[in-house]
Amino acid sequence: MGELIQNLFTADMLYALVFTALAAVIILGAVGVVLLPNIIHNAYCLILTFLGVAGLYLQTGAGFVGIVQIFVYAGAISVLVIFAVMLVMDREPKRTSPFIPKGKRNWWAAYGVILFVAAMFLTITKTVWPQFGSGLAEKTEVTQIADLFLGEYVIAFEAAAILLLVAVIGAIILAKGVKDE
Amino acid sequence: MTIGLSQYLLVSSILFGIGLLGIVIKRNVIAVLMCLELLLNAVNINFIAISRYVLTDSAVAQVFALLVIVVAAAEVAVGLSLIIAIYKKKRSIHIDDFNILKG
Repeated sequence: MGELIQNLFTADMLYALVFTALAAVIILGAVGVVLLPNIIHNAYCLILTFLGVAGLYLQTGAGFVGIVQIFVYAGAISVLVIFAVMLVMDREPKRTSPFIPKGKRNWWAAYGVILFVAAMFLTITKTVWPQFGSGLAEKTEVTQIADLFLGEYVIAFEAAAILLLVAVIGAIILAKGVKDE
Repeated sequence: MTIGLSQYLLVSSILFGIGLLGIVIKRNVIAVLMCLELLLNAVNINFIAISRYVLTDSAVAQVFALLVIVVAAAEVAVGLSLIIAIYKKKRSIHIDDFNILKG
């Protein structure tokens, strides 16, 4: 079976196939987030997009970032979002998923976004990208990331830790409210 | 067709565009927050693609991607608790009702 696959596809073709499938998952999930009327379906499509992006990282060889993506985005953030959706679900569905397809403003927004993406396409395809390093990076070891985080970027690392602490305390205080004396 | 840097950048710019559209047209605050997450993911795809194709000798781009994930997590935690706090006060998550800072 493995040999049959090796005979049928070259490595480049397989890479392109996996990339196309993951890109389709990502784009379809994102379209679902924006266009589906029910907010809980939006949340599920968001998880689909997160998983597709994680697959892209794993395919690219950034294994650690892919795993972190699954833990933090597909695990923690999506649970938090779904929890919040359930907490504020209104009985009135028009109020909970206020998506107005009839407004003229939305079409203007769509035209603007299409223009933006077209400009990006032109820029990306016309630019000659430089390369700083020797050939393709096949795989990144976790030790490389650890060396950078605890060496050159240790201040950013500590600042991120403080940011998380402050965010957690702030979230608790905001959601719980402070009792008046 | 071989997959190169520009294919990754194209996917990420499409994702960014869809997220931007969502931020403009969605009227539910939680949905706006979700579309913000799409934008951050698009940026992260760029970082990872750069890490493979441009900055191939070091993992700096992945370090930045991880920092973006940290900031996104903090942003979601604070944003959702803000939404819940305002929901308790106004009983609505429509974005037009989130104007209580207006004098």
